[in-house]
Amino acid sequence: MKVDTSKPLEYSTHENSNRIFGFWVFLGAEIALFATLFTVFFVLVNRFAEGPSGSELFEIGPVLIETFLLLTSSFTIGLAVHAMRHQYKRATLVFFGITLLMGLGFLGIEISEFVTYVHEGATLQTSAFLSSLFVLLGTHGAHVTFGFLWGSAIMIQLMREGINPATANKSFIFSLYWHFLDVVWIFIFSFVYLKGLM
Amino acid sequence: MNFDLEKFKVHGEPLIYGAMISIALVSIGIVVGLTVFKKWGWLWREWLTTVDHKRIGVMYILAALLMLFRGGIDALMMRLQTAAPEMKFLDAQHYNEVFTTHGLIMILFMAMPFIIGLMNVVVPLQIGARDVAFPRLNAVSFWLFFFGAMLLNISFVVGGSPDAGWSAYFPLASNQFSPTVGNNYYSLALQISGIGTLMTGVNFIVTILKMRAPGMKLMRMPMFTWSVLITNVIIVFAFPVLTVALALMMFDRLFGSQFFTMANGGMDMLWANLFWVWGHPEVYIVILPAFGIYSEIIATFSKKNLYGYTSMVASMLIISLLSFIVWAHHFYTMGQGVMVNGFFSISTMAIAVPTGVKIFNWLFTLRKGRISFTTPMLYSLAFIPIFTIGGVTGVMLAMASADYQYHNTMFLVAHFHYVLIPGAVFAVIAGFHYWFPKVFGFRLNERIGKHAFWWIIISFNVAFFPLFILGLMGMTRRMYTYSAETGFGPLNMISFAGALGLAIGFVILVYNIYWSTRYMPRDENGDPWDARTLEWATHSPIPEYNFAVVPKVKSRDAFWAMKHDKQPLFEEPITKIHMPSNTGKPFVLGVVFFFLGFFLVFSMWIPAIVAGVGVLIVLAAMSFERDHGFYIPADKVIKTEKKLGGGTV
Repeated sequence: MKVDTSKPLEYSTHENSNRIFGFWVFLGAEIALFATLFTVFFVLVNRFAEGPSGSELFEIGPVLIETFLLLTSSFTIGLAVHAMRHQYKRATLVFFGITLLMGLGFLGIEISEFVTYVHEGATLQTSAFLSSLFVLLGTHGAHVTFGFLWGSAIMIQLMREGINPATANKSFIFSLYWHFLDVVWIFIFSFVYLKGLM
Repeated sequence: MNFDLEKFKVHGEPLIYGAMISIALVSIGIVVGLTVFKKWGWLWREWLTTVDHKRIGVMYILAALLMLFRGGIDALMMRLQTAAPEMKFLDAQHYNEVFTTHGLIMILFMAMPFIIGLMNVVVPLQIGARDVAFPRLNAVSFWLFFFGAMLLNISFVVGGSPDAGWSAYFPLASNQFSPTVGNNYYSLALQISGIGTLMTGVNFIVTILKMRAPGMKLMRMPMFTWSVLITNVIIVFAFPVLTVALALMMFDRLFGSQFFTMANGGMDMLWANLFWVWGHPEVYIVILPAFGIYSEIIATFSKKNLYGYTSMVASMLIISLLSFIVWAHHFYTMGQGVMVNGFFSISTMAIAVPTGVKIFNWLFTLRKGRISFTTPMLYSLAFIPIFTIGGVTGVMLAMASADYQYHNTMFLVAHFHYVLIPGAVFAVIAGFHYWFPKVFGFRLNERIGKHAFWWIIISFNVAFFPLFILGLMGMTRRMYTYSAETGFGPLNMISFAGALGLAIGFVILVYNIYWSTRYMPRDENGDPWDARTLEWATHSPIPEYNFAVVPKVKSRDAFWAMKHDKQPLFEEPITKIHMPSNTGKPFVLGVVFFFLGFFLVFSMWIPAIVAGVGVLIVLAAMSFERDHGFYIPADKVIKTEKKLGGGTV
């Protein structure tokens, strides 16, 4: 494995830079995936059947906290990568940990939101609008859940091995993934919640 | 959990019981055979754990050939059932299942894996690379495809096959109208293998863009590699749509959501749109690589460089863009209004233009060439007129107003077989004959190959041309029987005879593999056809590291330039070569995914959750693994090169 010291650690080998490029291509596929889900949502958004509409269901409070948590966590994962580039292992781990905890907080609020909706009689089975809402939010939530597990695995590897070309590469790719989830959330926040509340 | 053995049973017919028994016998035979000949270790070390792109390619092609016969038997049963009026061979339900699995298997588990198999074998060699960008991910792709295919294949003996057509239109595919688990299999089997295909797409885009030999600019790439690059870009943008569509189908069928229902706000047309937004580009995913294969073969056997290289690339790019904006031509008659039909009609017809450009480029490549009529070349030459018939009838169907007359008739069935069989099947067979000596070091027998060719070409036309006429006579597709007064009988009988001839052709083709393995001489050098591109610059069979020295490319058709213009390809000395090591984890991942899919099909939630956790555990195990591969020392490379003789050094 040839290590090129003129580049950041995560790009330092041929394999590493290929992995990062490959992940960008994969994110292209993820964009197509979420674009399809958004399209489905927009097609079905006014088909409430007997169930509640978005304006009856949504509350701005919890959604704002979710947004705050996710946007801040996108910032802290950036700090983690910054610390990683300076070889500060402790700081990298701390920022990584904060990121994942905020992700967990986001998930907690999202799950309690879902529970509230279901208690109000808004289930996956009620109407096409709710089916598409739950699947769109749920897919994003499943991505955050997977991100939490994935990020935890990377943290363990960082603790064990320290910052080397392999762990740096994984951490950087994880940060791309996490930023992407943030971008998707901004669309959900604007076009699902804010538009739904109007 | 209420465990009910009844739902696993398939009732009905002696045919299905016969299939069950033969599956059981073949499985026992394989297990006993492997044990008697002590081949389990060999199978595991050399094949199941391999990350070598050539071996993965061979496994893809083997699986595709098996599926060709599985789908072919479906086809024979269909043609037999309709061969005469009032046939009693299959009942309506069984007929529905047969035409559904025929379509699914032929497109997704035969044509695609065959093409991905050829991609795997050829592309890294054509660009002078040692492997694909992510060898382990490549193994993951294969095993997900393979176990997805297996999941669909067990459906007809465990629980029942999908029966709503390969396009699975709602509400027909909903629980209400399709109460067996068949369409659960559809959504999960396709989902699992689709994830594998998406990973292939990512892998090959990175491979082609980042792993090319020094000097191979984009516009110096062989045409097959170009077609593969464009195909994989389509895969990356089209497959996520299928992922979503199948997930929504699963939610509707397993969890009672309301996406495609007829009540509670659901919209059945949403399925048709999502399916064909993926489904139409899918047609080009199987046809563009075929165009690439023909370009290589026609150039090689005309002893000329490909005519109109730039326009070939440009037309493929235009086709790939257009492929995304024609999907609604699949349902002109479902009430979408004049403007929408007009738009999709025009964009569909526009595809004929770049395709025509390619046809003329092939003809100009042939012009004044020194043509040798080898088996792969015969398939390529037969492709041109047959595919043109398919294309012209396609333009007929593209006219929305005229389509009201013949949509959903046998005319359509004839059209897409006239496009897909020459466009995909002849291409992969041609490619198979063409690259076979590269992989195995000996040619397939030409005489037997030509016998198979004539059987296949003539029978194909006998089988499918009558369907054009039947369609114009008004015979609709997916009709399991008809009365004698319709007058459909004689032409259907001819078509059945053609189908039998096709089956004979394919059996001869496989016999050729057997015969050639036993008797063909092994004295080939690496370049039996006097070909033009880099894959022929290494030995046959190919050493595991592909090229002892990474080639330096200075022009198109670099290998030809080396042979005839004395342009050196290999200038560096031999050094140690880095290789990835084998791993069993992709295989295990495929197995776990298979069980996850199976339990979901039957709504067995607790085992499904266990299997889902299993998937995460295997992924974690892959993440924690630190395997940096190994080096083949330079002296060992030199020894191998000397043993293989000639060629590069």
